[in-house]
Amino acid sequence: MGKIKFATTWLDGCSGCHMSLLDIDERILDVLSAADIVYGPLVDFKDFPQGVDVTFVEGAVSSDEDEEKIIKIRQNTKTLVSFGDCAITANIPGMRNYYPTKDIFQRAYFENADINHKTPLIGIPHLLPQTRPIHEVVTVDIFLPGCPPPADVIFFAITELLQGRIPDLTGKTRFGK
Amino acid sequence: MKKVSQIQTLVIDGKEVGGRHDETILQVARENDIFIPTLCHLDGLTEYGGCRMCIVEIKGMPRLTPSCTTLIREGMVVTTNSERIMEYRRGILALLFTERNHICSACVSNGHCELQGLALKLGLTHVEFPYIFPKMPVDATHDRFIADHNRCVLCSRCVRVCHEVEGAHTKDIMGRGITARIITDLMQDWGESKTCTGCGKCVHVCPTGALTEKGKSVAEMEKRRQFLPYLKLMRERS
Ligand code: SF4
Ligand code: SF4
Ligand code: SF4
Ligand code: FES
Repeated sequence: MGKIKFATTWLDGCSGCHMSLLDIDERILDVLSAADIVYGPLVDFKDFPQGVDVTFVEGAVSSDEDEEKIIKIRQNTKTLVSFGDCAITANIPGMRNYYPTKDIFQRAYFENADINHKTPLIGIPHLLPQTRPIHEVVTVDIFLPGCPPPADVIFFAITELLQGRIPDLTGKTRFGK
Repeated sequence: MKKVSQIQTLVIDGKEVGGRHDETILQVARENDIFIPTLCHLDGLTEYGGCRMCIVEIKGMPRLTPSCTTLIREGMVVTTNSERIMEYRRGILALLFTERNHICSACVSNGHCELQGLALKLGLTHVEFPYIFPKMPVDATHDRFIADHNRCVLCSRCVRVCHEVEGAHTKDIMGRGITARIITDLMQDWGESKTCTGCGKCVHVCPTGALTEKGKSVAEMEKRRQFLPYLKLMRERS
């Protein structure tokens, strides 16, 4: 049996979940002995490949770019893991949802800016009207809550998945952990 | 004539148990170390029966019944944790999470919250219903306390403790269903309240980060509830 194809990525998050993933420390070598990391901020590949076995996605869906990315990831992933509270609940990025986007731009690029009062529009992703959890956009297989999820729980989840099991996360981590 | 209490026997989760006729299923279950999750129930306050976390199955009754408001009966057969019950409990929790804004990572009650604890205990790792993200007010007009409606689950513990224990009846619930809201007096700012004694009982019985003390940062708000059974006991004695 060949190695498992493992990918990670982030959408609208703070990279904290990935930091927590790195906190598994030398146990990353155990992961690498069973899996190839084929995409993500930890490695240097441009496009999301086909036929990925397990993908961890941090962050919520905030922009048209996030939306395109997650749809592509879903099409090319067997087991999709919603990784952390932003992915699962929209969490902090979702706190803009109480306001229309035009008010947010007004606040960020006019009220709080000393110079260059204008909203950037070219060459950047466009905000969706609201930030939504991943599973409201595509089907998600596993949910790993926490802000960020503790490293030990991440390692447990990865190990179970690499061995073809569905990790039972009941009682192990929670929203806000 | 003094009413004698009768002992009644029943079966909870296959275990033969007994209790006084005026005890609830929840009380008898707890006396026998059988866990039933609760949210609106709090020892020392009258039962409200509003949150439905404590639902159980009673043999012969098609509908699920709240165990905190149902008295035991001779011969009852009760199930507290079937898959059907767990599904409903998780559904109720999920609705509570979608109706307001629970951002645990930024909440003063993170790590000390009963709602969050229930999600952990019942294995609610995500919410299937679309989040509403309502815009909710925060009342920080009181000198020492904050009411953050983003975190309220409408359990009415604050209303009951203020009325039943403090005797002030400052807090109440206005509106119905999803639009219901905890109010102070006749919907005034808490800081303007003439009836609030500033005792802080509501803050300490509140299961979530909805009522908190000022000056607390994320995860710093721990509630102290020991006073309630104690006060009740002392009053019954006198
Ligand atoms: S009240 Fe509880 S569930 Fe809600 S955000 Fe705060 S810690 Fe989380
Ligand atoms: S502080 Fe005391 S009197 Fe004031 S609202 Fe709360 S329970 Fe009532
Ligand atoms: S403010 Fe707290 S105690 Fe009062 S109803 Fe809301 S959650 Fe319950
Ligand atoms: S604890 Fe019984 S209905 Fe709330």
